[in-house]
Amino acid sequence: MKLKKSKKIKKRPGINDETSAVSDEMQEEDSEDIAAVPDAIRYDEDEGEEDLNPELKEQVGPGHRLLGRGHRSTRLEERSEAALLVSEFGANAEGDGAKIELSDLLPTASKKAQKQIETLKKSNRTLDTPLSRQETERIHRDVAFQKVATEVSQWKSVIQQNQQAEQLVFPLNQEPSGPKPIEHVVAGWKAQTPLEQEIFAVLNANKQPINNPILTPAEEESIKAMSLEEAKIRRAELQKARALQSYYEAKARRDRKIKSKKYRKVHNKAKRKEMLKQFDEMVKTNPEGALEELKKLEMGRMQERMSLKHQNSGKWAKSKAIMAKYDEDARKAMQQQLEINKELTQKVATALNNDEEDEDDEEEADTEEVLPDFVNDVEKAGDASNPWMRGKLTEEEQEKEQESKMAEEVILLEDEEEMEEEVNEEEKLLREFENRRKQQEEDIVDETALSEFTSIIRGLTQKPEVETIVDNSTPLEEGLTRIQTLEDTEKLQETDISETAEPEVVEIVQADETAKETSTKKAKKRKRNIELKEVITKESRVVTVPLKVTTEEVGEEDMEDEMDQRGLIKEAFAGDDVISDFLKEKRKKEDAGKPKAIDLTLPGWGEWGGKGLKPSRKKRQRFRTKPAQAVVRKDAKLPEVIMSEQRDKSITLHQVSSLPFPFENYAQFESTIRCPLGRTWNSEKTVKKVTLPRVVTQLGAIIEPMGREELKKSQQQKAEPHTATNQKKGPNNISNLLVI
Amino acid sequence: MKVKVLSRNPDDYVRETKYDIQRVPRNYDPSLHPFEVNREYARALNATKLERVFAKPFLASLDGHRDGVNCMAKHSTNLSSLLSGSCDGELKIWNLTKRECVRTLQAHEGFVRGIVVRFCGTSFFTVGDDKTIKQWKMQSPGYGEEEEPLNTILGKTVFTGLDHHRREGVFATCGQQVDIWDEQRSSPVRSFTWGVDSFSSVRFNPVETELLASCASDRSIVLYDMREATPLKKVVMTMRSNTLCWNPMEAYYFTCANEDYSLYTYDMRNLEQPVVVHMDHVSAVLDVDFSPTGKEFVSASFDKTIRIFPKDGGHSREVYHTKRMQHVICIKWSADNKYILSGSDEMNIRLWKANASEKLGVLAHREREAANYNQKLKEKYQHHPQVKRIARHRHLPKNIYHQAKELRVMREARRRK
Repeated sequence: MKLKKSKKIKKRPGINDETSAVSDEMQEEDSEDIAAVPDAIRYDEDEGEEDLNPELKEQVGPGHRLLGRGHRSTRLEERSEAALLVSEFGANAEGDGAKIELSDLLPTASKKAQKQIETLKKSNRTLDTPLSRQETERIHRDVAFQKVATEVSQWKSVIQQNQQAEQLVFPLNQEPSGPKPIEHVVAGWKAQTPLEQEIFAVLNANKQPINNPILTPAEEESIKAMSLEEAKIRRAELQKARALQSYYEAKARRDRKIKSKKYRKVHNKAKRKEMLKQFDEMVKTNPEGALEELKKLEMGRMQERMSLKHQNSGKWAKSKAIMAKYDEDARKAMQQQLEINKELTQKVATALNNDEEDEDDEEEADTEEVLPDFVNDVEKAGDASNPWMRGKLTEEEQEKEQESKMAEEVILLEDEEEMEEEVNEEEKLLREFENRRKQQEEDIVDETALSEFTSIIRGLTQKPEVETIVDNSTPLEEGLTRIQTLEDTEKLQETDISETAEPEVVEIVQADETAKETSTKKAKKRKRNIELKEVITKESRVVTVPLKVTTEEVGEEDMEDEMDQRGLIKEAFAGDDVISDFLKEKRKKEDAGKPKAIDLTLPGWGEWGGKGLKPSRKKRQRFRTKPAQAVVRKDAKLPEVIMSEQRDKSITLHQVSSLPFPFENYAQFESTIRCPLGRTWNSEKTVKKVTLPRVVTQLGAIIEPMGREELKKSQQQKAEPHTATNQKKGPNNISNLLVI
Repeated sequence: MKVKVLSRNPDDYVRETKYDIQRVPRNYDPSLHPFEVNREYARALNATKLERVFAKPFLASLDGHRDGVNCMAKHSTNLSSLLSGSCDGELKIWNLTKRECVRTLQAHEGFVRGIVVRFCGTSFFTVGDDKTIKQWKMQSPGYGEEEEPLNTILGKTVFTGLDHHRREGVFATCGQQVDIWDEQRSSPVRSFTWGVDSFSSVRFNPVETELLASCASDRSIVLYDMREATPLKKVVMTMRSNTLCWNPMEAYYFTCANEDYSLYTYDMRNLEQPVVVHMDHVSAVLDVDFSPTGKEFVSASFDKTIRIFPKDGGHSREVYHTKRMQHVICIKWSADNKYILSGSDEMNIRLWKANASEKLGVLAHREREAANYNQKLKEKYQHHPQVKRIARHRHLPKNIYHQAKELRVMREARRRK
């Protein structure tokens, strides 16, 4: 303020007299204004003035002081020359050519600032030229972009969450439909109308209840306080209890002091009996407690069995034993000891124990009782009429077996050993199958795990910074055909088949005399082999399915007809031997699958050739390539089955040829395929869970773009992971609502 | 011997009221239900076949415009209203449920270049070739009243695009430069330029509402922040982008429809390279709109087809075309995620289902369950060749089919080199 004033004053001399009058008047006004300031402030100003640089003071002239004081008369006498150099800031240099120092302008600057100024003086560097407009703009842009980019990155967590979510429900900020719990309704309710507000104000002021309108705090307190009579009754009860306790204690003390052996014996026996009784009861009511008790008893028994306490082997017992011959008491005492031992080491027979023992037996019985065997027998009636429609291929073989067994047992002892191994392997296989069946239920779990896995993959592929989205979409197969009916889709398939059909692999079969010879030889050998297989005693496991009886029991009246029919069929198929046919077929298949020896001998090379001349044996041996060892067929150990290991083209059409994208190995993919989704195989709940759609939209609801609330929500979830998990479980979770 | 007697509690099998569903006891023993994979496979195959048979996406055609439909706008609060502007300056408001035009007005002379409905849904803005921005009431004028705009702003240059802020009374136009306007003022609050070029479209980010992006004719896409004085960033592509659309659920992703037959999805934080390139069109892509769920988007192309792309998929999952539909100029995905609206050169607006084989209307519980189950089956067996083949087969017009083939060959050739 001072500086401002002084500037005005200094300017005055530079202006003409006419204007000076005006400025004078202004000054007067100014000075008057200042004069009007209360003394305290004025004093401060004076002090500031005294701090002013003396030079500046001189330049400003004596008027400034008077100005401060408000003396007008003295200032008017002052006259000054028009200065050559008029400073803008009222600071003026002394004399010609003198410069204003920086320090002049900053008289009140702190020491620190002055130091800085000095260092500035010392350095003679000039300032850099300002950047070009383009450059500054670029910098501005970069800064702004960085800011925006960080701002936008806040959404990352939300986006990732949504990408990994099992299910998304749109619109996003939906109020959960359905009835709300009453607590929320009450808690959310607020007094809105002025009348309500008034009422609530009054209630609050008088500490009246608002949410629970039954009792006031005062009432509750009074309820808490007990009445006198009640208190008396309570005291009496307590007294009685205490007295009783002391009685019992006294009695127990007395009991303990009794030394009579007889009493002890009787007492112990009674105690034991009672304990057993209690234990039996406990078995019924509290099986777990009973088990513990049982363990204790068991422990006692064990200890007794381990120790020599009652075994008459101690010093005392020995001495008694000497006496026993003559002393009846001693004999008795020893007897007693043994009795005690017997008693203690006796196993406690209880309901619990019995149960455990019985269980095994029962289990066996159960399986038989619940599903009787005949249920699984296929069509008894049909069996009678048609011997080869029995569906039991092994039956005749079993008969054969028994016949042939006798003969072969002696010869093929070693072979039989092998067989046993085979049987074991068979069992293993069957067990595996069964296990796989059982796994189905586990696979459901697997699937959920897999979906998690895929979602994790999705998360992983969304790399934090690079953010490349994995494109798993394949191009549409666009064509010129329209699908309008189901037949069209079939046609589509057909064309597909014709397209994908590959030329068949031409098999080179070279039949030669020698080859034939060897094959027949082998066949002979194999015959024995096959018979071996027929000997297999192990039946293949039949899936126990309680089949509905499709044919009725044969009545007595129909018996004759039935017999006729059977005879007829037998006659009709007299020449057929289904089983041998089957075996033949199997053998044929096996032969076809065997790698064959290839004979490349060319007659006439290196020797004479012609009719009736054969290439020499040596040559034939030289040019015959030995067949590679045959791969063991899968059905080698299954006599009743032909398993074709050739690739079936009609099936390959429906099979996946290469591992699809999100999966890492075949097992993963197969596990997803293996577990069924439908109602036939899963409970209602799992079906619902498994068929949950990815995106759910509400019919006729506008889906607004994501708002700031989502960001807040996700941040809250991050902060409180517990609530986040809650939310996943169900949208209407109460605890979650309470948190929010 | 213990005799086990069947004893059942009637509560387990007797219904409480006659309206209860009959309880069907089931035995889930897997041995009773063999061949689960085969059976489900057959079901999946049938489901896919039926899906293709029932795929009839075309719902309706709204005709009434007397010139090509140049732009459309969804109503912000009403699902059944649609606004469309044509190349002769006419603007029509449609009722989609009745499939009829509710109101017609001559908004501009020359093209209507852009329409946008204010967030409250009570008024809308249009820009046209006559260098004006007009604000109109959504309500049609009463009897005897003249059809007149609420406000008219006369600009210096032609405006080519328009978009409104999601929550505030601020809108943006583009033309020679990108302008931010306050609804209350007749001059722009802020205008952005970066080099001399003209812009073809400008879009506000619906999530981070202060951000904008625009497509410029110098093949670039420019990002802006309404609060800053300068544009933020620019990416120059090989060919010009016609329009762009922000993902409404993912703040930093946007997709632009390019002249080089493909669409590019960018992460705005990293514009060096697109996140996904979506290619299937055989001609310039003219418009793009995201589904409100942000999972997919639909694109309109000069090749007379509409394609639906998953947001992270390089190839379309669906292609729509009809014999009579010409170059599709504008496209919108309805706010309930159920329909797609396309405006094309031959003056028609077409209404499509977003999911071609979906049954419309309210589904019974069992229907919905069955649909969900079928959907999951299709997903589960989607890699099996037969299912895949049927599910992905689409019919294409001959010329587009051959063009696509040609393009494929060209691309292959380029790749081999």
